[in-house]
Amino acid sequence: MDHPNENAQTGQKPLVNDFCMTICTVNGSGSATANTILYRALFNMGIPTSGKNIFPSNIKGLPTWFVIRASEKGYLGRVPYDDIIVAMNADTFANDLTYLPKGGVVFYADHLQKPADANPDLVYYPMPIRQMVRQAEVPRNLREYMENMAYVGIVGQILGIPMENIEYALRKHFGSRQTALESNRSMIQSGYEWASANVIKQDRYSVRVLPPLADYILTDGNNAGALGALFGGAQFCSWYPITPASSLVESMIAQNPKLRKDPQTGKNTCIILQVEDELAAAGSAIGAGWAGLRAMTATSGPGLSLMTENVGLAYYTETPVVIWDVQRVGPSTGLPTRTAQSDLAMVYRLGHGDINHIILIPGSVNECFEFGWKAFDIAEHYQTPVFVMSDLDLGMNQWITRKFDYPHEPMDRGRVLWEDDLARFEGAWGRYKDIEGDGIPWRTVMGNQNPAAPYFTRGTGHDEYGNYSEDPQNWAKTIQRIKRKLESSCEYLPCPIIRKKPNARIGIIALGSTDPAIIEGQDQLEEAGLPVDYLRIRALPVCCDVREFLENHEKVYVLELNRDGQLYGILIQELHDYSPKLISISEVDGLPMTAIWVKQQILSKEQQNG
Amino acid sequence: MDNAQTTKVERNFVGLSPIDYRGKPSTLCPGCGHNTVSNQIQQAVYELGIVPEMIAKFSGIGCSSKSLNYYLSRSFGFNGLHGRMPTLVSGACFADRRIKALGTSGDGDTASIGLGHFKHLIRRNVPMVYIIENNGVYGLTKGQFSATSDLGLELKHQGKNFLPPLDLCMEALISGAKFVARAFSGDIKQMKELLKAAIAHNGIAVIDVISPCVTFNNHDDALQSYTWGRENEAPIQDITYVPRAQAIEIKEFQEGETREVRLHDGSSIILKKIDRDYDPTDKHAALDLLTESYKNHYFATGLIYIENASTNFFDEFDFVEEPLNRLTPDRLRPEPAALDRINQTYQ
Repeated sequence: MDHPNENAQTGQKPLVNDFCMTICTVNGSGSATANTILYRALFNMGIPTSGKNIFPSNIKGLPTWFVIRASEKGYLGRVPYDDIIVAMNADTFANDLTYLPKGGVVFYADHLQKPADANPDLVYYPMPIRQMVRQAEVPRNLREYMENMAYVGIVGQILGIPMENIEYALRKHFGSRQTALESNRSMIQSGYEWASANVIKQDRYSVRVLPPLADYILTDGNNAGALGALFGGAQFCSWYPITPASSLVESMIAQNPKLRKDPQTGKNTCIILQVEDELAAAGSAIGAGWAGLRAMTATSGPGLSLMTENVGLAYYTETPVVIWDVQRVGPSTGLPTRTAQSDLAMVYRLGHGDINHIILIPGSVNECFEFGWKAFDIAEHYQTPVFVMSDLDLGMNQWITRKFDYPHEPMDRGRVLWEDDLARFEGAWGRYKDIEGDGIPWRTVMGNQNPAAPYFTRGTGHDEYGNYSEDPQNWAKTIQRIKRKLESSCEYLPCPIIRKKPNARIGIIALGSTDPAIIEGQDQLEEAGLPVDYLRIRALPVCCDVREFLENHEKVYVLELNRDGQLYGILIQELHDYSPKLISISEVDGLPMTAIWVKQQILSKEQQNG
Repeated sequence: MDNAQTTKVERNFVGLSPIDYRGKPSTLCPGCGHNTVSNQIQQAVYELGIVPEMIAKFSGIGCSSKSLNYYLSRSFGFNGLHGRMPTLVSGACFADRRIKALGTSGDGDTASIGLGHFKHLIRRNVPMVYIIENNGVYGLTKGQFSATSDLGLELKHQGKNFLPPLDLCMEALISGAKFVARAFSGDIKQMKELLKAAIAHNGIAVIDVISPCVTFNNHDDALQSYTWGRENEAPIQDITYVPRAQAIEIKEFQEGETREVRLHDGSSIILKKIDRDYDPTDKHAALDLLTESYKNHYFATGLIYIENASTNFFDEFDFVEEPLNRLTPDRLRPEPAALDRINQTYQ
């Protein structure tokens, strides 16, 4: 494999704040805390860092990898190689070594058998962690866990992470749990001291403290989405557990009591309800949305498949509801713990019959928060399901991200009529009547005591008043009005973000969590002499900015993490005038996109096409 | 000629007339048992003096679910997906806890496609009335077997049913329902009293109404036919619902022959013994009754089980008493300081 740190130019010169370190462990061994502490200590040093957990769909015993990338330049995407590994899993040890370049670093637990044919061009640091844990007289049931803390100390010392930054990370993690804090700290210190007394540094990787990342925070997209929903005034969330969406609702469960007590009565204002399946999760959220609550659910591909019929009901009855899709790899059960952007085509037209949806696509943890609250405004404004499409990489991995911005704009509760409002229409109100001429009707909700307010909601054909109708003209008129309503939404939705390069004649269109890989790839292409502009779509249906971008570029590559180029398919359908300019580049293997792949794919297509 | 001024219009104690409780004209087959249920629902709500806007109606798909439109036009209604009515209610009910939910379903909706939701709705004890209009056949798709069709039932295009029926009262009981009743479309007095009691019950109340399908399943020997029902119906008690305001009248019932079950809102159900001693607060007795009823083709109707409960689903959530759907944004969006604290925590 081509390794950027292995070429003639960089040679063996020191590399500071620029490496990818993979901690190779067995799942269920308790390494998560150790890895988080290492990772947070780097963040606390001011080093832009990302942390990705590559884990199996399993509870205990299978290999798992935690990948920490440190990049002073701020590149946070995945890289397909390592510079440093921490080998704690005998089963994967030999293979883990193959990801390292010449001069790469191997920290390994010395009770593991170092492979006989281990690459001699690597730097090896055996770590006597079992012995250290034994000496520390750790209770038997905590020994395996504490081995992880020992490597935090050793790796930290050899990389040059100051103990004070580790201390900060420890305090963040353990909070007021003093006993746990002390025992973990003590083990880390033992590792640190052992390394400084016994190890002579032979490798070229190190870290140094930078100015603090004051405007940044460290969290995952699911937690951000949960907080966004709670700050968006979510009143009802029904759900059914599914990886990788569960932690979104679990974060809501954890934060709800702190954030959503009614300031007047101290009572709860957001209901979170685990139900019997995804059909019920969707149905309950739709019932709540229909009754005037800000309602949501969160799921992943298999759950969405089950919600499909309900989504059609919500679309045609014009019921607001927010549905998070934290995507994983499908079809079928697929790869539940790996990432993809493969649900897009399905979600855009989820449901049978004539249908299309509003989709918001966050590309950062910060946007998960922002779209978390914004989705309710959009759903209630347009009286329709709104999907927020995140993915496992964004949702479950740790990212540094800009601090969350408070939603200062007023809530948009849409066109809801209460008792006194109905008089305004002098009896001419109908639930599906296009009074304002923009396709968005006025609605009333359950509990309204005005005798003129109740209406009959049905998934069957209905007229402007909700009465049953099989009239052909009426059907055509209603389904066209709904289409018009949704098409008009595009200018209200989050607009694309464009990142330009001087003299670029070609462009990239992408979406979601591939953002860091594309940004880095875009910079690498510029270095290689190919300036490319980049437009990141943040919502569907697409707005005129996308059309303009296509107008202004000779050709545009559409990059995505799925097999068939689903966004490409949507674009050539919606903007078919520009289809000759669009070129699809897509691939899915369950792992996040890399900048190297972006660069190589575009360069090779450019060479093919001249 | 307008004779409204001379005709005395009947009114309930909230000043509304029966017309205020009507629905759209029924498009079900003439003679359909479901029309009787619709009539009794609007009559029960009228007599209870509940303003129609305080009721919300829910249904799934099927003839029974269509009937939602044929009563209480002044109530909000949601005719949703096949079998999924319980899910709609489980969300909607939180919006305004003053509103009583009435679910109307059929045997296809409840016993087949929606059986899981039915049982989980009961498990949650959502405060609502769940009415099954049970005719043992699929009507709207024209005469297929349902999961409550009797074993051995023969239908025109289907041949003979080789699967045993599910007993929805039994399903409700073992799922934990605290109000389980069986009614018959041919016995309107009993049905109306059961409906009133069900509406007053705190928690989910399930009424399985044997409601004949005159088009597809009304052979005289069919379990869900009018003829069989009329010949075999055996009410387990004579039932009268007494609202709280009239509780004094209970004294008129003679002791010994009657028992009173008091509901949490102060109203009462007066049960008068007919020909057997039956204790509807004894779950084992209820299960025995249903087992015997099926085994001996004995059509027991009435209040099969009741357990008066002081709490329901809502009590688990400690949420605002006033309608949640009327809370203003300032009560739904946390203060900026709360977000500042979060940003600080994640630094």
